[in-house]
Amino acid sequence: MPRKLITLILMRIAVGLLLLLVVSAVIFLGVEALPGDTAEAILGRSATPDALANLRAKLGLDQPAWERYFTWLTGVLSGDLGKSLTNGADIAAAIAPRLHNSLFLAASAAVIAVPLALGLGVIAARYAGRWPDKIISAVTLSTISLPEFVAAYFVIYALTQLFPVFQPVSMVFAGMSLPDKLRAIALPVIVLVIVVLAHMMRMTRAAILSVMQSAYIETAELKGLPPVSIILRHALPNAISPIVSVISINLAYLVVGVVVVEVVFGYNAMGQFLVDHVAKRDLPVVQASALIFAVVYIGLNIFADVVSIVANPRLRHPK
Amino acid sequence: MRVPPSAVLGLAVTAGFVCLAVFAPLVAPYPYDSAMGKVWEDPSPAHLLGTDMIGRDILSRLIYGGQITMLVALGSSLLSFGMGSFLGFFAVVRGGWVDQVLSRIVDIMMSVPTLIVALVLLSILPLSLSVLIVVMGVLDSTRVFRLSRAVAMDVAVMDYVEAARLRGEGQSWVIFREILPNALTPLVAEFGLRFIYAVLFISTLSFLGLGVQPPLADWGGMVKENKDGLIYGEVAALVPAATIAILAISVNLVADWVLTRTTSLKGGRGA
Amino acid sequence: MPDSLVLDISGLVIEATSYPPGARPRDVTLVHGVDLKLQRGRVLGLIGESGAGKSTIGLSAMSYGRGGARLTGGEIQVNGREIRLASPAELRALRGREVTYVSQSAAASFNPARRLMDQVIETSVSHRYMNRRQAEDHAIGLFRKLGLPDPETFGNRYPHQVSGGQLQRAMTAMALCPGPDLVVFDEPTTALDVTTQIGVLRAIKDAIRDSHVAALYITHDLAVVAQISDEIMVLRHGRMVEHGTCDQIINHPREPYTRALVSVRALNHVEKPPEPAIVRIDAVSARYRGTQSDVLTDVSMDVAAGQTLAIVGESGSGKSTLARVITGLLPPKSGQVWFDGRTLSRALAGRSRRDLREVQMIYQMADTAMNPRHTVDTIIGRPLQFYFGMKGAEKSHRVAELLDQIELGSDFGKRFPAELSGGQKQRVCIARALAAKPKVIICDEVTSALDPLVADGILKLLLKLQAEARMAYLFITHDLATVQAIADKVAVMHRGRVVRYGAKGDVLTPPFDDYTDLLLSSVPKMEIGWLDRTIKLREAAQ
Repeated sequence: MPRKLITLILMRIAVGLLLLLVVSAVIFLGVEALPGDTAEAILGRSATPDALANLRAKLGLDQPAWERYFTWLTGVLSGDLGKSLTNGADIAAAIAPRLHNSLFLAASAAVIAVPLALGLGVIAARYAGRWPDKIISAVTLSTISLPEFVAAYFVIYALTQLFPVFQPVSMVFAGMSLPDKLRAIALPVIVLVIVVLAHMMRMTRAAILSVMQSAYIETAELKGLPPVSIILRHALPNAISPIVSVISINLAYLVVGVVVVEVVFGYNAMGQFLVDHVAKRDLPVVQASALIFAVVYIGLNIFADVVSIVANPRLRHPK
Repeated sequence: MRVPPSAVLGLAVTAGFVCLAVFAPLVAPYPYDSAMGKVWEDPSPAHLLGTDMIGRDILSRLIYGGQITMLVALGSSLLSFGMGSFLGFFAVVRGGWVDQVLSRIVDIMMSVPTLIVALVLLSILPLSLSVLIVVMGVLDSTRVFRLSRAVAMDVAVMDYVEAARLRGEGQSWVIFREILPNALTPLVAEFGLRFIYAVLFISTLSFLGLGVQPPLADWGGMVKENKDGLIYGEVAALVPAATIAILAISVNLVADWVLTRTTSLKGGRGA
Repeated sequence: MPDSLVLDISGLVIEATSYPPGARPRDVTLVHGVDLKLQRGRVLGLIGESGAGKSTIGLSAMSYGRGGARLTGGEIQVNGREIRLASPAELRALRGREVTYVSQSAAASFNPARRLMDQVIETSVSHRYMNRRQAEDHAIGLFRKLGLPDPETFGNRYPHQVSGGQLQRAMTAMALCPGPDLVVFDEPTTALDVTTQIGVLRAIKDAIRDSHVAALYITHDLAVVAQISDEIMVLRHGRMVEHGTCDQIINHPREPYTRALVSVRALNHVEKPPEPAIVRIDAVSARYRGTQSDVLTDVSMDVAAGQTLAIVGESGSGKSTLARVITGLLPPKSGQVWFDGRTLSRALAGRSRRDLREVQMIYQMADTAMNPRHTVDTIIGRPLQFYFGMKGAEKSHRVAELLDQIELGSDFGKRFPAELSGGQKQRVCIARALAAKPKVIICDEVTSALDPLVADGILKLLLKLQAEARMAYLFITHDLATVQAIADKVAVMHRGRVVRYGAKGDVLTPPFDDYTDLLLSSVPKMEIGWLDRTIKLREAAQ
């Protein structure tokens, strides 16, 4: 690999890590700038100033914000996410199994959605303007208009009431066998696939169409090549980087979708956990969970950009 | 100018929703906050869409809920649109470090999913309608910023903008007479998309219990209130869910049409 | 059969659907019943201005309609077989084997993600009449014949790793590799600088001769086609105007339109006696922000009041950068620009309104130089209002006068730019510059995007206006015929430096420096045999 390419990749990763650092500071310090603080959140509006001051001292809130941020950050880096305000439990220990559940759910959805979306996108692009494209486009325009929870309740109603194939609640616990687990998460996975599929398919279609309009595709056509070889040998190598970015953008929808879908199905994982603690105003838990979402999200973006860099012939084969 | 039937339908439905919301007290058959029947009654002439989990008329709550949902969405989309497009244009016209700073701030805000940021903020801020509007508006302005900056950038590199600068024109002429008229169509479509995004966003927040608080009615909250009935075959939760979907699809149909009418910048009269 | 008929087109009709903005789509006819025949070993030049249908006809030989063009009538026979209604499989066989294509922009036509060799031999290998080995050997032979560097390894490179001229040669190799009967060349040298063009032209000519194919050579440049073709067909608005041997068309054109094309670019402006300078460019060096090398190095020249200084150079010579320095868009690194006895501020922000008014600019692309949402009235009226505070009747009166000066009627005022032709657009841009009552107008390649006849009209207009209003022009161009037509003084630029500067007669008369000699001798002349003579002279000189 040329040195310039490696430098670019390392730069991209470094920028990503820097971004993560900034985001962690925003999550921690940005909240400080807002009116109200944790002590008020715990004790409520009617608390006496004395009680507030006591609690602040106990929680270390009387220290300067920067100092607390660095303490927090060093803790995070060594795997210590702090303690929950509401029940004093260790946050890292509470998050670990839930993160596992969330990733399991998201990965299952991605495994189905990504190939399906790419396949449908290619079909829609291949028959652009004809009936397969029109049907796919009309259906996806409707599904991108649905928020996750709306799609979820339609799916629940259809598959538990109209055609009762599934249980409406998705419980996953340790010791369950994989087939049982998969059956348990079938409904939320279906919902996530519906939500992500439409976006991903529309963007894949657009990416392939824009490649298909290039002059070199016309050249390939004028060389009398069969359609399959035009798509596989001429369009695909140039569509890799747009398609990868399509996938990464949509895995981001998946990250958000997971939060809502978990709440809908009472699936005990990160999203449910985050929403519960926002309602309880348990700031340390909220910050830790948000940071983990940010790590996953930014990580996906870095990965997609690195793939794009590697797929670019101009960078892979410099002058 | 020919308007396709899908756009006419979208426009008509959207207008219908707006009218119902504006004239809610006149058209709603019952108040939104008092029980008028039994729990989860089926649709009947008295309650056209049935009643909810504590016997309130669903149609009336839907109409009042539309008022709040659309008011919050309109407020936040006006805020995001105004702030985002102003700063986007400003970044292009000023260029240099102003552009750099604004763009980097937006990059940072967009490096985490909007819902997650909103949840962090709502864990500390008081839950009121105005807080919701501001939080959603500010967070969503990042997308408008990116779009309007990109559109303005496309226009700003045109020779006619350079010609205006060489003539000595001030910034207001350059922005309002040279750039804006050529950037308007995509921005109008974007406003529709921002509005519907805000509807979906506030509905999602309410559904999660972090948006509009009871007893006020809003569509996302109505889904949440009635969701448990679904297991017993009570479809009350699906009515507000379908309402959200219908409004979203209608606005999308209109926005789609506006976007396809965006001809190239050499477009001519088709303004 | 060495002289068999390869291509026989008769009564060809091509239609397309046009989508004017804001109006209903309608069908338009691009080609109205054209006939042509082409034998093996012959080259037919198709010539015409934009919209003449020449590319459309060329592609019809492959039964291909670009951008939704439909072959709706007539017969197209290739090697005696009708192809207009051929099946997709038959077309693939035809395009791979019998007819191949060389496009104007090889840079866009090569797939950026694949090596050149893979693309050059792809047709031969995929249609299975050569194995990979044979095809590669054949391609290397073609690379050598076309004068590409390191023919053995050239094919290992990616398109972005080689120059524009080399890519155009590689595309010719790609077209010749499967051993076709007919090659369609669609403006293959138009995008190249003249000094590159001559080599590519020669390589193409030799390759056609050696491989004994039939060729359709499409171009808008009659001087180019005169070097390469046996016959020429002149097209206009999708109809044939005249068809004859190369000699007949160039030396004895019959139709008035052909005569106009032959005599185009033959304007000759007699240079005026020296005048004092109004613009003095003094030792200017400049570079773009964030770059490490100068785009302009120590450039000095004068523009005399009421006269024209032409700056000639190829792409990358720095001629347009110089315009940016003079207008203040790019503050120079060192050096100064003097104007009418005062120093111009280096940056745009420091210039007075009078400075701005007296130096005006006209752009190459009139399309992007006018706001598409403004009417012609607004476009021309704005400088009047801005600089002179004109309003109402006074302003409309002056706009009408200006429209009259650029030979357009006052009813043009209500139109939008999209409703004007290319030449009319450029005229409106001239009127906008004129409205400011400038002392100098910078003209940046103002005629290069226009068809030759239209360009001639613009040049005549500019000369007329100069005589009336005594403005100086700083005329940037890559085209020497334009220099002949308009300049009093000439500066030749190469890689950011002035290599030759003086009165037009002196600059264009020998003895030359090396670069000017190369540049001048590379410009195709409207003479049959010019290419062969020039190449022979160059080879003798070495």
